[in-house]
Amino acid sequence: MTQQTTTGAALELVDVTKSYPGQKSPAVDGLSLSVPAGETVMFVGPSGCGKTTSLKMINRLIEPTSGRLLLDGEDITTKDPTTLRRSIGYVIQGGGLMPHMTVAENVGLVPKLLNWDRGRIASRVDELLDLVGLDPRIYRDRHPRELSGGQQQRVGVARGLAADPPVILMDEPFGAVDPITRQRLQDELMSIQDELQKTIVCVTHDIDEAIKLGDRILILDEGARIAQYDTPERILAAPSEDFVADFIGSGSTLKQLSLLRVGDLELTEPQTCRIGEDVAEVTARVEAAGESSVVILDERDRPREWLFLRTLGRHAVVSEPTTELQTVVDHRSTLSDALDSMLVSSHGGAMVIERDAYIGVITYDAVTEHIRSLRVEAA
Amino acid sequence: MIAFIDSRWADILFRAYQHTSLVVQSMILAAVIAVGLAVLVTTIRRLTPVANAVSAVGLTIPSFALLGLLLPVVGIGTVPSVVVVTFYAALPILRNAVVGLQGVDSTIIESARGQGMSGSAVFWRVRLPLSWPVIMTGIRVSAQMSMGVAAIAAYALGPGLGSYIYTGLTQVGGANAVNYAVVGTVGIIVLALLLDALLVLLSRFTTSRGIRA
Repeated sequence: MTQQTTTGAALELVDVTKSYPGQKSPAVDGLSLSVPAGETVMFVGPSGCGKTTSLKMINRLIEPTSGRLLLDGEDITTKDPTTLRRSIGYVIQGGGLMPHMTVAENVGLVPKLLNWDRGRIASRVDELLDLVGLDPRIYRDRHPRELSGGQQQRVGVARGLAADPPVILMDEPFGAVDPITRQRLQDELMSIQDELQKTIVCVTHDIDEAIKLGDRILILDEGARIAQYDTPERILAAPSEDFVADFIGSGSTLKQLSLLRVGDLELTEPQTCRIGEDVAEVTARVEAAGESSVVILDERDRPREWLFLRTLGRHAVVSEPTTELQTVVDHRSTLSDALDSMLVSSHGGAMVIERDAYIGVITYDAVTEHIRSLRVEAA
Repeated sequence: MIAFIDSRWADILFRAYQHTSLVVQSMILAAVIAVGLAVLVTTIRRLTPVANAVSAVGLTIPSFALLGLLLPVVGIGTVPSVVVVTFYAALPILRNAVVGLQGVDSTIIESARGQGMSGSAVFWRVRLPLSWPVIMTGIRVSAQMSMGVAAIAAYALGPGLGSYIYTGLTQVGGANAVNYAVVGTVGIIVLALLLDALLVLLSRFTTSRGIRA
């Protein structure tokens, strides 16, 4: 599958206000915000704080009463809303699919509005269904009601990406699916975003989802007042006010663990050896480095075992390990997943791989040290 | 009876054709008017109860009376028949079209607008296809009713099988009176059933598989 890398556009809200006639205070009161190109910003806040209203003002499903919206510096407040919306992806809860259209027609909706030719639409539809993990041959001609909730949501995401818009708006995209499916969809969205680097604005009421998906989090209070707008790390380490702290809830340190990726931390590199090496030589090398354990790699750099020297010493040459490894984590795993693996390790750490190849070891100490440095940084 | 039908077979067929033609053409006209009105009254929400009242009250006006009122205005023949049949045909379609268009989930409409569909695209490609099964049900009800209403048109010398019934009634006690009335009545019933079957097929082929019951 080929997928061009497109960078999102920078989005800026300048003093955007929405007031409804007959209401004392505006639903959104002078919101100013800038979203850097290619970042994911999560809007969170209690019900009625104006987060969805703010989102819908970006594609002008709701017209702002005053204020300006800039997309890559261009004022979009005066642009024709229909044309504007074709260049902004829109993904809503449950997918918002047209029940009378097939999956392919739903995904190809915006390209068709943009008058792409049939062949180009068909190949784009297949490419996107592949991207969101649905086999085009099976799902292309189905109707939404023949799909599960999670599948409908996937199609909704594919539709939002169809015309390759620089900005994608998501309104509680994973609110209508079960927790397991939600987690999977979130992971998929993250890997799609790694590849495409769109500017994503996503509304959620789930702070954990915001921490997981967001490059930045915008926490809103009544009237879309900005309580805090910062990276998840800094919001967790240093909530700007009591409202934010309450909203995050307890266990913010634990939450940070699902925010951090193993690859974000500095890995330690203990001594390694290959299967078939002479044990005496390996022992001498490890002792010279002042260490007591060694990681055994196979010929394709895959970690096979992590042994103390005293266990290794029983043989003459490093032999093929027979046990199944449990203390290996991918460099993209979250720290909370990694901690699980570390718990079963007698070394206080886990071996880290990138595309199956060993790249180092992550230790408890590195994790606690990292959290401590975040605290210091935030203070 | 058999001899009666046999001797007038060509005439019966011709009148059946006229009857169907009157009903179908009036109904096409009625459907366009009714759906148009339904769009208007669902857009301007204040008018919705007005439309519902009109379609309910309209059906209580006896068709015979309406025809009588129309005669001085439009004369006799085909024109008053078309006006009366169209008037009655439009009422059930209007009612169902209003219900159907209102029944389209507002989140789907917003989702369609959010993808960049223009107002007319939202109507033709989302609202109309989604309310189509309900509108088609209205059209079927309307077709049954129009077959009967069209029979009344004979009073104004309109086309169709109604004139057989009318002839039968005016010649009560005459040799062929019963034959005329029975052939007219049964003929209309047969036509109504045939038209309904056609409409069921039409509805099936014009409704998306994704929303078919």
